[in-house]
Amino acid sequence: MISTDINTVLPEIILAVYAMAALMLAVYGGKDRLAGFIFWATSGVMAALGLWIAFAPIANSTAFDGSFTNDGFARYTKVVILFGSSAMLLLSQEYLEKNKLLKFEFPILIALATLGMMLMVSAGDLMALYMGLELQSLALYVVASFRRDSIRSTEAGLKYFVLGALSSGLLLYGASLVYGFSGTTNFAGISETIHSDGLGMGMLFGLVFLCVGMGFKISAAPFHMWTPDVYEGSPTPVTGFFATAPKVAAAGLFARVVHDAFGGAIADWQQIVAFLSFISMFLGSIAAIGQTNIKRLMAYSSIAHMGFALLGLSSGTQEGVQALLIYMSIYVTMNVGVFAFILNMEREGQPVTDIRSLGLYSRSEPIRAAALAALMFSLAGIPPLVGFFGKLYVLKAAVNAGLAWLAIAGVIASVIGAFYYLRIIYYMYFGDDVEPMTGKMPILHKVALYGATLIMLFGAVNLFGIESIAADAAASLFK
Amino acid sequence: MDNLLSIVIFLPSIAALILAVILRGEDNASQKNAKILALVATLATFLISIPLLTQFDPSNTNFQFVEEYNWLAGLKYKVGLDGISILFVMLTTFLMPIVIGACWMITVRVKECMIMFLILETMMLAVFSSLDIILFYVVFEAGLIPMFLIVGIWGGKDRIYAAFKLFLYTLLGSVLMLIAIIYMWFEAGTTDIPELMQHQFSSESIIILGVTIVGGIQTLLFLGFFASFAVKMPMWPVHTWLPDAHVQAPTAGSVVLAAILLKMGGYGFLRFSLPMFPIGSDVMATFVMTISVIAIIYTSFVALVQEDMKKLIAYSSVAHMGFVTMGIFTINQQGLDGAIFQMLSHGFISAALFLGVGVIYDRMHTRDIEAYGGLVIRMPIFALIFMLFTMANVGLPGTSGFVGEFLTLTAAFKANTWIAFGATTGVILSAGYALWLYRRVVFGDLIKESLKSIVDMDLREKLMITPLVVMTLLLGIYPALILDLIGPSVSALLEQVHAAQGVLIDAAPNAAN
Repeated sequence: MISTDINTVLPEIILAVYAMAALMLAVYGGKDRLAGFIFWATSGVMAALGLWIAFAPIANSTAFDGSFTNDGFARYTKVVILFGSSAMLLLSQEYLEKNKLLKFEFPILIALATLGMMLMVSAGDLMALYMGLELQSLALYVVASFRRDSIRSTEAGLKYFVLGALSSGLLLYGASLVYGFSGTTNFAGISETIHSDGLGMGMLFGLVFLCVGMGFKISAAPFHMWTPDVYEGSPTPVTGFFATAPKVAAAGLFARVVHDAFGGAIADWQQIVAFLSFISMFLGSIAAIGQTNIKRLMAYSSIAHMGFALLGLSSGTQEGVQALLIYMSIYVTMNVGVFAFILNMEREGQPVTDIRSLGLYSRSEPIRAAALAALMFSLAGIPPLVGFFGKLYVLKAAVNAGLAWLAIAGVIASVIGAFYYLRIIYYMYFGDDVEPMTGKMPILHKVALYGATLIMLFGAVNLFGIESIAADAAASLFK
Repeated sequence: MDNLLSIVIFLPSIAALILAVILRGEDNASQKNAKILALVATLATFLISIPLLTQFDPSNTNFQFVEEYNWLAGLKYKVGLDGISILFVMLTTFLMPIVIGACWMITVRVKECMIMFLILETMMLAVFSSLDIILFYVVFEAGLIPMFLIVGIWGGKDRIYAAFKLFLYTLLGSVLMLIAIIYMWFEAGTTDIPELMQHQFSSESIIILGVTIVGGIQTLLFLGFFASFAVKMPMWPVHTWLPDAHVQAPTAGSVVLAAILLKMGGYGFLRFSLPMFPIGSDVMATFVMTISVIAIIYTSFVALVQEDMKKLIAYSSVAHMGFVTMGIFTINQQGLDGAIFQMLSHGFISAALFLGVGVIYDRMHTRDIEAYGGLVIRMPIFALIFMLFTMANVGLPGTSGFVGEFLTLTAAFKANTWIAFGATTGVILSAGYALWLYRRVVFGDLIKESLKSIVDMDLREKLMITPLVVMTLLLGIYPALILDLIGPSVSALLEQVHAAQGVLIDAAPNAAN
């Protein structure tokens, strides 16, 4: 029995053991002199695990009395999380080295956060959910304040910590209500209770608090307040990391909880998710217009994108979950490309984040500018770039589920949002001449930027086949 | 060749890719190479597209040259042509070499400019030939990207405002269409355009928030599409992006915009609104005709007071597009024939007018009408050609402008006398602003110092404008060339619309009983 359980959680165990081993090695081996090596090793381990989960024939199973689920949905999200983390980690090394932040703790913290995310999307129990969530969050609080001699960075870490703790508290409160009224923390058990007794008032309150807590983690409005400050204050590689893997994990967790545990009460949470989606799409799109700091801008952009992801989830159908999964994969790919670019925005060795410094960038670096422009069009959801297809799936799911009003609101918000993506293109192509940015782009960053761009340009042919994989993954939430 | 249509569609893009990957450098030689490569590519596209026309069988009202491949999410890459779309495809391939020619004077970022126009050509060709509604949407909107950059990078002083306005206006219209498209996909279970034309969407009146919507879903879907096509067309009162875009765009951009991009709206009405929502169209027809007439009269008056030549022509374009929408929504044979003819003829005439403005702008670097006068003395050939197109713009018999206006007016007279009365006023006004423009620019004494050394059109400019002269006169003298080609397709379309309207109208009393 135990051995099958262990087989089920083997990828997580490997990552955990690796993180411990790397920590020991670095502490006793040579501290920051080993940092470069640990960066590569961590990234390699995560990528290898991602490949393993993606390609090894692993059967669906549960472990530890159903508190850990290994199904198609978990595997899909894990692969996206692992690849996202691995890519962002590789991209951060150069930047951290340049800014004298290359410490061995960084990759280990990222590995632990990734481990937490893997547990989150596999959770089959409210306790397991909370464990995964906290493991992830604690590691992220630390990396947010990684530039410890900078006020902005420590402020970001503290803000993230306080608000994160608040949201964890709300989530725990919700979990305790659900436990109190259903008598179990197991998702399957909760689902059974709802089936037999319906969703009582106490459970409903629990559900609302759970949704609020997860809304914080996914940075959906109106629980988004921490996002712009944390994005701005954190070192850029950390910001890039925040914008990718944790978002997938939070979205995965959200889908997992509302479908696995509350699948019998779709009408109840549908309203909440639709509301979060509506507010996020508009707030993200409108608030970003005034931003001149590209990191803050990307923060609002991520809020708007989460609104779209939740639009898929709010449809409450298998199609909706499939749309969510496709949307998140595309979103991560775009953000890896964009952050590969942002990491190289510097002038005389100093990082710059003002978008006005992109003025006429297309003169000095035509290829890089074109790549970023394509990514921006993709983020705005303009066809034929892949970003559009993400939106198409989501909108289709919403319309088919009878949420046409929300879909219409979504497209209007996306038009508003198109403005600020266009503004970046405007600065690069027809803005004012400013002192050009310097700095050579490392080869790895070029690979990420151009790779993401090419995926956006040519993915329209068949989306690299993720459509059917995502469909299978979504089906596993609707057994 | 089985893939002839796809080859025509993608050839410009392949050329763009070659340009992007292979050609390097910003020196004169590589700039010249970029221009030549683009010109060769567009000419080759035109030549390859000629067999489409010669092999096309006008009596067959089905789609021809159909190609179908599976795409993602159950969608298809499906393209094909009927009597209506083939004309627009030919118009595009015919005009693009001229557009590239109009780019010849650009000196900054030549390579990018050529790439943009080549990609734009692919998108436009795909719009007119796609037979999958999502594919149509994708290429319809994708055309915005190159257009945004063309106006933004190579435009005039206020290009940024114009580029943003163009992009956001059109995008807002398009996304509402997207919702309608997704609903149709859900409702009919297919994205295939010929199948969707056969599908009858519900037209029972529904009540939303206390408002009764006659024609129900069909009217709502119609409005979704209308939001997009009305902006693209552009129809009053959402036309305001067009004058800005025209004024700021480089000459070649204006030509593409006026001659081809505006036609997408009209094409959309013919391909989607009429056949797919016949009841919705019927409900909205009077409304659309009314705002068309308002557009004709209002924008003609606005054109009268313009001081910028491009703006004047832009407003005249809005007025002429008013004839098109009016013609389409009379829903009879003359109306549709006239509307299609008007779109084609306006494609040639407006292209020529913008080229004409470009000719003098290149010499004087101003578009102010005030800055000119007496050009006929130094530029006789220009004066002659500009007169021809001014007359064509007015709708003088013998030019192609006459046929379209006459047919649409006849149709409007059949449908509603008052509409016809209003639209005819527009004809008079158009004579007013066009002739007055001509008088102020070309006639009079050559008193301005700066104009004394202006030279007449050179060989490149003559080569560009000659094909347009030929087409304008040819279609004016022998319109049957076009009308025979579109006739069967238009009658088939009308038959289908009337049949659908008949079925549903007959069914309505039965349902009531």
